[in-house]
Amino acid sequence: MAGKKASVWTSISFWRRSAAWVTGFATILLIWLTFDTIAQIRMGTDQELKEGIKRRIPAPTVVNYKIDYKYDEKRGLEAPVIGPEKQPLFGKELSAKEAAAMLHLGKLTSQSKNCMDCHTLLGNGGYYAPDLTKAWLDPMWEKTMPAMTGKKTKEEAMVAFLMHPDKYPTHARMMPNLGITEKEAKALVVFLKHMSSIDTNGYPRGFSKTIKEFQTGGTYAK
Amino acid sequence: MLNKTAHLSPSKQLAMNYFRVAIVLFGAQLLFGLVIGLQYLFPGFLYEIVDFSVARMIHINALVVWMLYAMIGSVYLMLPDETGIEKPVGMGLGKLAFWVLTAAVAVVVVVFLFIQVGPGKESSIWFINEGREYLEAPRWADIGIVVVVLIFYANVFFTYMKGQKTGIMTVMVANLLAVAGLYLAGMFFTDNISMDQYWWWWVIHLWVEATWEVFVGTLAAYALLRVIGAKREIVEMWLWIEVLMLFGSGILGLGHHYFWIGTPEYWWEIGALFSSLEPVPLVAMFVHVLYDWGKEQGEHEAEGKGSSIKNGPTMAWVTTNAFGNFLGAGIWGFFHTLPQVNIYTHGSQFTAAHGHLAFFGAYATILIGMMYLGIQDSYGLKRLKATFKSKMAIFLITFGVLGMAVALTIAGYEQVLVERAELGAGWQAFFTAQNLPWYIQAQVWREIMGVVTFVGFVYLVWDLLTIGKVEAAAEAEEA
Repeated sequence: MAGKKASVWTSISFWRRSAAWVTGFATILLIWLTFDTIAQIRMGTDQELKEGIKRRIPAPTVVNYKIDYKYDEKRGLEAPVIGPEKQPLFGKELSAKEAAAMLHLGKLTSQSKNCMDCHTLLGNGGYYAPDLTKAWLDPMWEKTMPAMTGKKTKEEAMVAFLMHPDKYPTHARMMPNLGITEKEAKALVVFLKHMSSIDTNGYPRGFSKTIKEFQTGGTYAK
Repeated sequence: MLNKTAHLSPSKQLAMNYFRVAIVLFGAQLLFGLVIGLQYLFPGFLYEIVDFSVARMIHINALVVWMLYAMIGSVYLMLPDETGIEKPVGMGLGKLAFWVLTAAVAVVVVVFLFIQVGPGKESSIWFINEGREYLEAPRWADIGIVVVVLIFYANVFFTYMKGQKTGIMTVMVANLLAVAGLYLAGMFFTDNISMDQYWWWWVIHLWVEATWEVFVGTLAAYALLRVIGAKREIVEMWLWIEVLMLFGSGILGLGHHYFWIGTPEYWWEIGALFSSLEPVPLVAMFVHVLYDWGKEQGEHEAEGKGSSIKNGPTMAWVTTNAFGNFLGAGIWGFFHTLPQVNIYTHGSQFTAAHGHLAFFGAYATILIGMMYLGIQDSYGLKRLKATFKSKMAIFLITFGVLGMAVALTIAGYEQVLVERAELGAGWQAFFTAQNLPWYIQAQVWREIMGVVTFVGFVYLVWDLLTIGKVEAAAEAEEA
């Protein structure tokens, strides 16, 4: 192949140059798309939330609102529905600053306790325990878990469970006690409720069916 | 795999050190894999002692680290051959970096195993574990890894600049810079889980579905030159074509991880299109290996010279790589890469099936092949023939991993239909699917196949420790 080239298809320099161009072009395209995506997934502000401006990742104060997950006819998939009615956690509305601090602690705790090596978050992680993307909306927290932990609200039940999961087994496969403090548990609830408000393009699909079945006394209501 | 290395280039001696640690970590990966496989069947096993999260963290981190070790080892192995420089630049520093890295890895493993988790504070992320799948290594270790990799890279780069600049080394030097640079994308904390995962995938995906694949292309090219005496012009031309196709599909194929993490919908189309193209270069790589092998063998036979293969085990593993990469990364990846399918399969045992077969087929295979090449050099052998143990190793490991992947695929199929499609996900839906007899049966088979893999691993270690001596004696007898 050295010397006189029979064809461009057997020319090393042709393929080298093509490889460089294609790689460069793909990289530039990725960087350009990254700028667009980063702008779309930055966390929203409290002001945007109050004005009803939809963000893919709403402000931390979204935890003061009622969050639902409903089928959107136009998009053909399920999407989070935020508010308008309020539903503050632990009966107290959080200021923008307080909510941000709680979310920070919750995210930090989720990492330092290594949740992701058993659970999936936004579908990524281990496959040993349920996906946490919409865990805040899971029907198990409506009646079953509050009854088991002897708490009145689902957020209180979540805190009790997260602090002592070994005391409240639901299946043979149990969550271990990770030494989560009350403060950390409350922050985790904020983290989970916030995550349930993220627009995940309809993942997990069918989760709203789970919620509805519970409300209508189906499989999950037992 | 031991001693007899005194006559070797310091670069190759260093390579053997990296291979030794790699194989130990490979063993750790398999052992902890068996633990978590068993926990699926007996949830009480090591509960609150070595929980699933802890064992899995070690399972996947041992995987990543042994592969990085074997990759660094492979580069040090080929460095003198490709650059023509017997004593590459900075070998003293390179040796120091090896020991520093190994000490750091040992500390991280001890912390993972005995401290496990920390309180929700920044210090936990700095000193215990970062809690991001695959990148669990605490921040101090991240920084240490970057320093060590920079030393390694400087050695490779300056040796390259001094020596002959082959196509293989040019791709290697450029690609390694990308591998190292991408790691930085995973070294920051954010409260925004979507932003977190956006950059996390830059490391994970752009490693295993782009830069690591190109790395494998360069290793295969080097192995073909060494093992069957393939023509450099052909091998290097193919390498550039592979780079073109791997980066052309793999870089934007990143989009298939951006379907459901809060990122915009346009990633559906971009991710689907480019990740669907990802298997194409893998087919090309497979064709290339078999084409060159057939060509060289044909020429050998025409001249009445018998087998063209100078290293049996390496050739066997490289061929397994060529097919395994296509099957595990290509086919098993394509199974669930379209968003229309992935909305149901995302985060299920399907992913685990693909993960097992892809990491094995694309990476473990060729890196083991490089280890055998290192042994051939260590003992200065003209030809390294496969022993019974080499054959048992490759057969059992390949059969075991394939079996695990099939079992996990069946588990995933069942999980997706019942948990996702039928019951609509959620806590109860998850456990309903996990407790169905067919699912459990699949997990039993996964564990059995895991044991088969482990037996194969024992044969592999046994072979690596003895094959050099055996073959050296045989060669001496012939002479």
